[in-house]
Amino acid sequence: MSTLTTEPSVAPPEPTRTALRHRMAERGVDRTLLLLLPGVVAVIALFVYPFVYGLQLSFQPQGVNAHGGVFASYSAFFHDKFARGSIGTTFYLAIPASLINVGFAVPISYRMRSDFRGKRLLLTILVVPITLGTVLTAEGIIEYFGPVGWFNSTIQWLHLSNHPLTLTNNYWGVLFSLIISGFPFAFLLTHSYLSGIHPSLEKAAATLGAGWWQRFRHVTFPLLLPGLLTTFCLTFVLAFTVFPSAMMVGDPDGKTHVISIEAYEQALQKFNYSQGCAIAMVMTALMFAVIGVAMALRSRLYTGSTGGKG
Amino acid sequence: MSTAIVDPTAAPAPSTGPQRALPHRRSVALRPGTWLVWAVVAFFLINLFGVIATVVLDSFGRTWFAGWLPKGYTGSNYSDAWSEFSLGQVMTVTFELSFLVVVVSLLLGVPAAYALARRDFPGKKAVMLLFVLPILVPPIAYGIPLATVLYKFHLAGSLTGVLLANLVPSIPFVVYTMTPFIEQVDPRLEAAARMCGAPTRAVLGRIIAPLLLPGMLAAAILVLVRTFGMFELTFLTAGPTSQTLVVSLFSAVFSAGIRSAQSIDAMAVVYTGSMLVLLVLALRFVNPTQLVARTRD
Repeated sequence: MSTLTTEPSVAPPEPTRTALRHRMAERGVDRTLLLLLPGVVAVIALFVYPFVYGLQLSFQPQGVNAHGGVFASYSAFFHDKFARGSIGTTFYLAIPASLINVGFAVPISYRMRSDFRGKRLLLTILVVPITLGTVLTAEGIIEYFGPVGWFNSTIQWLHLSNHPLTLTNNYWGVLFSLIISGFPFAFLLTHSYLSGIHPSLEKAAATLGAGWWQRFRHVTFPLLLPGLLTTFCLTFVLAFTVFPSAMMVGDPDGKTHVISIEAYEQALQKFNYSQGCAIAMVMTALMFAVIGVAMALRSRLYTGSTGGKG
Repeated sequence: MSTAIVDPTAAPAPSTGPQRALPHRRSVALRPGTWLVWAVVAFFLINLFGVIATVVLDSFGRTWFAGWLPKGYTGSNYSDAWSEFSLGQVMTVTFELSFLVVVVSLLLGVPAAYALARRDFPGKKAVMLLFVLPILVPPIAYGIPLATVLYKFHLAGSLTGVLLANLVPSIPFVVYTMTPFIEQVDPRLEAAARMCGAPTRAVLGRIIAPLLLPGMLAAAILVLVRTFGMFELTFLTAGPTSQTLVVSLFSAVFSAGIRSAQSIDAMAVVYTGSMLVLLVLALRFVNPTQLVARTRD
């Protein structure tokens, strides 16, 4: 405090004399920021503008809803039982898929913290399904899990079931495809979060006599939980917007009529852009609601230092 | 391996079976969980292998309606697929598009990443949010309004439209991949260059760019892999002449019936093969976790 009072007498500031450029530069605004311009303009023109345009278009009903008022596109969606049901269908697929993915990722990455032979190879293999993309995965699922595919042949060969299980063109096919493409994603994320927790924390707990379950439950898991919630959000977003696999391995006109299919059909098959955009907005809002809940939970947790990379 | 942390001096739990020596008993006690974990991993990998192997085998098979293996093998499915789906044209479009997306998104993204990494200015949070949204919002949700806008400007269906749509997730992706690379470059190098009288252009072109080359290479490969596999945006905006491989694969599967499953599988294998080449290339330069960790905090 005392040092502050002596400052002004030594160098009295002359705000009127300093050039605007210098004052701006002191706050970090100079010509370097012009470098931001192309990227920002591109994202605004290609992302923000279409999004706002779609939002505004969703309040301008067209086609059969043209005379139903401002909210006609939304009410048409919510009044059609089949269309409205797509929300439930989507959650019914996305929640189990992301819970399974995150749930299996935790024990497996917990086991794989230490280095072992072939770890890098295993990580590489796990990257493969992410890059294969949903289309190839779906094509493979149709053949592998199909009525005469290897999976059903093995089951019958082992006499586990007398008749082939129906695993494609229904709920299960889509769930499998979400697990095949989503689990490696969840695993790699959890793995990188877990390797950021310093091993000495667990060693300290072990020195104090904690068993492995106590160490996991009271030391590692609480530190991992914020990362897990982020992982859950990302896998949930992937599963929530499932589109190609729901069309290919699912039953797009029935059990796996998810919300993205409904939006696509309205916009690009029935050319009702207004309702298509309305559904896209509903989808975005629902997704942000789930992310918001997860992030609110996350903010209640400890998110400090985890001891750095071990 | 099975015991992550074994503390040999830890006191034994007195109530559990005391048949064996202390350290050995602990490792046995931990085994079932370890075996279970490895069994789950193995089950997952076996099924994953099955999913990929059936497609590959079927693409070489003559007929395969039932049984463990196809009856007879042939390479003709590939030539069929090549002519039936005009794969030559599709591949040209795919590589043209991926190349253009990489170049444009690097040109727009790297300068933005530089400004974000070096400067702290009012409204920086808003710009960061602007760049994180296209990564966070799923492609299908913004793809539909974007396709509507592109139809309005008569750009949908052309290669330009597909390029514009694919830039949306790529530019922010480049920004977020490049920012840590730029933060690693010591700002004093730039200051020294400026002391010697270099203008901004020379600092960027002759000091920063060479140092950032590894980062740009990593970002370029990641964008290439993502564009190559990007289905939703390309599907929503592409016309008949601007389809990429993954979109024409989807159309072939979804409107199957007239075509043989084998030639579709041949196309799928071509897609997987090119993807694997890109993947091997990518893994030489980047860490596997970088492929998924899109927004690290």
